[in-house]
Amino acid sequence: MAVYRYPRPASSDITPRRLFFSRRALLGTAVGGVLAGGLNSGMAQADAPVAPSARGCPAAETPTPRDDVTHYNNFYEFGMEKSDPAELSGGFHPRPWQVQVDGLVEHPQVWDLDALNARFGHEDRLYRMRCVEAWSMVIPWQGFELGALLRAAGVKAGAKYVAFTSVVRPSEMPGQRGGLFSLRWPYVEGLRLDEAMHPLTLLATGVYGEALPAQNGAPIRLVVPWKYGFKGIKSITRITVTDQQPPTSWNQMAPDEYGFYANVNPDVDHPRWSQSSEQIIGEGSLFRTARRPTRLFNGYAEQVASLYRGMDLRKDF
Amino acid sequence: MAPPSSGPRRRSRFSPLTRQVFLYLFCLIPAVSDIAQGMANTLGPNPVSVCLHDFGRWAFRFLLISLAVSPLKRFVGLDFMVYRRPLGLLAFSYAALHVVFYVGVARHFDAHVLWKDFTSRPFLTFGLLTFLILLALALTSTRRAIIALGRRWAKLHKLVYVAMILASVHYAIAFKTWHTEPFIYAAIAGVLLSLRLVPKAGKRTV
Ligand code: HEM
Repeated sequence: MAVYRYPRPASSDITPRRLFFSRRALLGTAVGGVLAGGLNSGMAQADAPVAPSARGCPAAETPTPRDDVTHYNNFYEFGMEKSDPAELSGGFHPRPWQVQVDGLVEHPQVWDLDALNARFGHEDRLYRMRCVEAWSMVIPWQGFELGALLRAAGVKAGAKYVAFTSVVRPSEMPGQRGGLFSLRWPYVEGLRLDEAMHPLTLLATGVYGEALPAQNGAPIRLVVPWKYGFKGIKSITRITVTDQQPPTSWNQMAPDEYGFYANVNPDVDHPRWSQSSEQIIGEGSLFRTARRPTRLFNGYAEQVASLYRGMDLRKDF
Repeated sequence: MAPPSSGPRRRSRFSPLTRQVFLYLFCLIPAVSDIAQGMANTLGPNPVSVCLHDFGRWAFRFLLISLAVSPLKRFVGLDFMVYRRPLGLLAFSYAALHVVFYVGVARHFDAHVLWKDFTSRPFLTFGLLTFLILLALALTSTRRAIIALGRRWAKLHKLVYVAMILASVHYAIAFKTWHTEPFIYAAIAGVLLSLRLVPKAGKRTV
């Protein structure tokens, strides 16, 4: 099978960052070093951060420090604060785990997580992650393409969408207890079939070379790097191929704020935040955040823009 | 055991001004603590956001507390009037820090973005209006201003009720989903404001 050559965030396609000498810069470099040494693919090496030179050259796009990736999460099943998922997910059991694949497929099947791993393996993908709240990270995921799973399941003619369902376990997920005004559970998401089959679309089972921690969506989650982070449904229990556009959680909560497509787009404003730029988590100082302009499709336009040809991205936001 | 004293409360050894300044400085501890931790990088992945949110909450709390002073005196008989001004100034100070963290630290004083923010994002419009009121009240909180404004001073400072309402709305709609805390705070604000509606004349049963 040919390995998909996905676009890696490179130094050339980011705005130069100001150099700074904080713990974060050091951490970023240290973690990047671990990454380069610890993973088996050449990709990590290629993306190992370049130490900032004394002359002030822009550094390469560094993975966000692991600590930040695992302690700054939106995972409302565990709580609404960014620190809640890491703090309150201790009681969550990501094993054993099954994923049901059904709907318009030739071979509906309940997959055990180990079977998925054995069948589809994993590769490294260093992706930018852009949250709808106007912040971003660069995250080294491990996982396999959703398309591979769907091909194995055999998508039937007439299928148009893929619906995803997360887990409901109030006893293990404090955010699912009470919470009068909260999201409705289970969290649900969806993609158009062509988006789901796109080689960039990943089912992640690991981050930073280790199994996904609970707060990042253990044991298996969706990563769609050209869409806002909330499309990346966590702790998936069911994947259903369908001919209807499936409901999606944030869209149900506030349809005027969160669309079905949720493609990263600096020109489509969100009612709460300007989407024209983003805060880079893990950089900047207490007195000045690090920001950079947001790019159409989160910088993956070359790969995915064709999916939306002829569509009004303002209407279908 | 000494019987509870029933006479006038013991006079403080410190002048009112000293006590006011002391309260003000003491209540700045959360700000100093956040900024110190932020500089030491112990506030987590997004220290700016932690400060922004903490300062907003403290501004709201001090606004509430300053509005509790006169009902406490009127209905409970506890007189903390001497502390009302520093409490109001604390509300303003935290609001100012909160605004600086948004406008400067987070948004880099980007006039274009800020204009859009304040004109098209309701929660920020409410925040701005609240802040402008607090600013006006802080600027007219000096003895000089009180004398210069005379009767109009009391009228002007009634705007604090409007600020409290606007701040409650700002807080309630600040988040992606409805949170519980803003409604608890708003309920307290509601009680404190309604107490103003209790007629002053005539016998009270409270
Ligand atoms: C120009 C004026 C203001 C601006 C630009 C502003 C901006 C903000 C922003 C950006 C947030 C965070 C919303 C989010 O999480 O997305 C916020 C939250 C908040 N603000 Fe303001 N604000 C202003 C004035 C005020 C004032 C005057 C008060 C109080 C008297 C206040 C109290 C709060 C509170 C309590 C929160 C919620 C914090 C939390 O619980 O996390 N704000 N404000």
